Amino acid sequence: MASRRAALRKTSNVVFVIFCAATTIIALGVLAAILYSLLSQGVGGLNLDIFTKSTPAAGSPGGLANAIVGSLMICALAMLMAIVVGILAGTWLAEFGGDSFYAKVVRFLNDMLLSAPSILVGLVVYYFMVAHLIGHFSGYAGAVALALIAVPVVTRTTEDVLKLQPSSLRESGVALGAPVWITVRKIMWRAAMGGLVTGGLLAFARISGETAPLMFTALNNQFFSLDMSHPMANLPQVIFNFALTAYDDLRRLAWVGALLIAVAVLAAQIIARIIIREQRRS
Amino acid sequence: MNDLSRETFDTHTVEIPSAEIKMQVKNLDFFYGKNRALHSVNLPIKANSVTAMIGPSGCGKSTLLRAMNRIYALYPGQRAKGEILLDGEDILDPKVDLTVLRTRVGMVFQKPTPFPMSIFDNVAFGLRMHEQLSRGEMKDRVEESLQRAALWDEVKDKLNTSGLGLSGGQQQRLCVARSIAVKPEVLLLDEPASALDPISTSKLEDTISELKSDYTIVIVTHNLQQAARIADYTAFMYLGKLIEFGETEGLFTKPRSTQTADYVTGRFG
Repeated sequence: MASRRAALRKTSNVVFVIFCAATTIIALGVLAAILYSLLSQGVGGLNLDIFTKSTPAAGSPGGLANAIVGSLMICALAMLMAIVVGILAGTWLAEFGGDSFYAKVVRFLNDMLLSAPSILVGLVVYYFMVAHLIGHFSGYAGAVALALIAVPVVTRTTEDVLKLQPSSLRESGVALGAPVWITVRKIMWRAAMGGLVTGGLLAFARISGETAPLMFTALNNQFFSLDMSHPMANLPQVIFNFALTAYDDLRRLAWVGALLIAVAVLAAQIIARIIIREQRRS
Repeated sequence: MNDLSRETFDTHTVEIPSAEIKMQVKNLDFFYGKNRALHSVNLPIKANSVTAMIGPSGCGKSTLLRAMNRIYALYPGQRAKGEILLDGEDILDPKVDLTVLRTRVGMVFQKPTPFPMSIFDNVAFGLRMHEQLSRGEMKDRVEESLQRAALWDEVKDKLNTSGLGLSGGQQQRLCVARSIAVKPEVLLLDEPASALDPISTSKLEDTISELKSDYTIVIVTHNLQQAARIADYTAFMYLGKLIEFGETEGLFTKPRSTQTADYVTGRFG
């Protein structure tokens, strides 16, 4: 009797492990398929023109220079805004707000914003900035839309990593006669640096491929432009437009654009890891 | 133990001449929200001596220590009632500037808490906050502090490396150096050796004994032998009350209260 139960238990264990392994393989398989198609379709289209020429009309040679530069500028401005606002908000929640009513409200709203559909964010920015404040599409509006998506991510991770720091570290700073604000700035942020950088990266990864918010805000631009107060080309929008065309050369450019975004996110991750490691070593 | 909680608590304390008192706790009550953690504690701290606070977990000894530099003020639910006089001046007065108070009353915590910066910057952290020193003066003060904390010889060649790379015992002495760099008058130590191995503990105890010529030291410890080794005076606390206070030798060899006798002989706690 006992041995039968033991055998049954052993079998169910094996079945469960096989089930786990199978689902892992499915998940990894999908990821591999995505990477494979990205590389096989994208790498072939890589050449110098991609980085030097602007998006072409079908049939003529061209590249993605305007979209690359546009995306870089929009993302950089968005991240700048998101990091300033997100880190300060997260710091306030972790270090000052505590369990006060106001802090709970902020936390709740932040979590809502975290899961808000990005197309909604695009529409809101469209309504306020594009339709009313500025009157036309612009790179600034695009950056604001992306910042709105990145802020809750940065806020959340900042609060979480600061709360992970031992309270005795904060008390040590304060016990030396440092005001709380200086303790936070000079000790807590530094102690939490790895987590803060990771939070920023998560936000960057989240916004780098966002298309919906940019459709209503930055729109697109056939030409090379550094002027953020006007419509601006960007990779997600170009990918979206070109992928839907019937022209092979444009579709190839869309693949290259997708590859570039993936590589940028990967590169950012690697660079951040190196920075964190160097900082720990010194 | 059960009988103990029903007994009345008579506090047995010795008098200390008021001219030698650095800090005087008077009728101190302490509350964590609605929970009362200290019941009208009266305790004199003699200048240039080591005073140990002992007692079972939760007896209020750390709470009392944390009232002495008002570090508890970081937490909105915590409050103290009564008086703590530092050179005759009540530090619980809301008008007291906390940053000034904390340069006068330094603190070292249970777990070593090196800041994520170089050894030099760790020690210079408090100095930079409160004093305008030239580079040379700063270097001298950092060296002097590390010397006094008996850490200088071990770190003098790697002042620019991270404080996180030191061993636990070295980190704790770094924390002591950091605290004494701002030249406090009183140094509070909250179980400073509880995370350390015996050799590091003994080094730290030597450091503490060295420091009392210049500082008034209050140490909370779970380790009775440690209290016996380094403290001039010892206070025994139980259930938020001060049970007995006196010279260490007397308290350990001829305790006047039965609770103290039970605790120091290991019958409970």
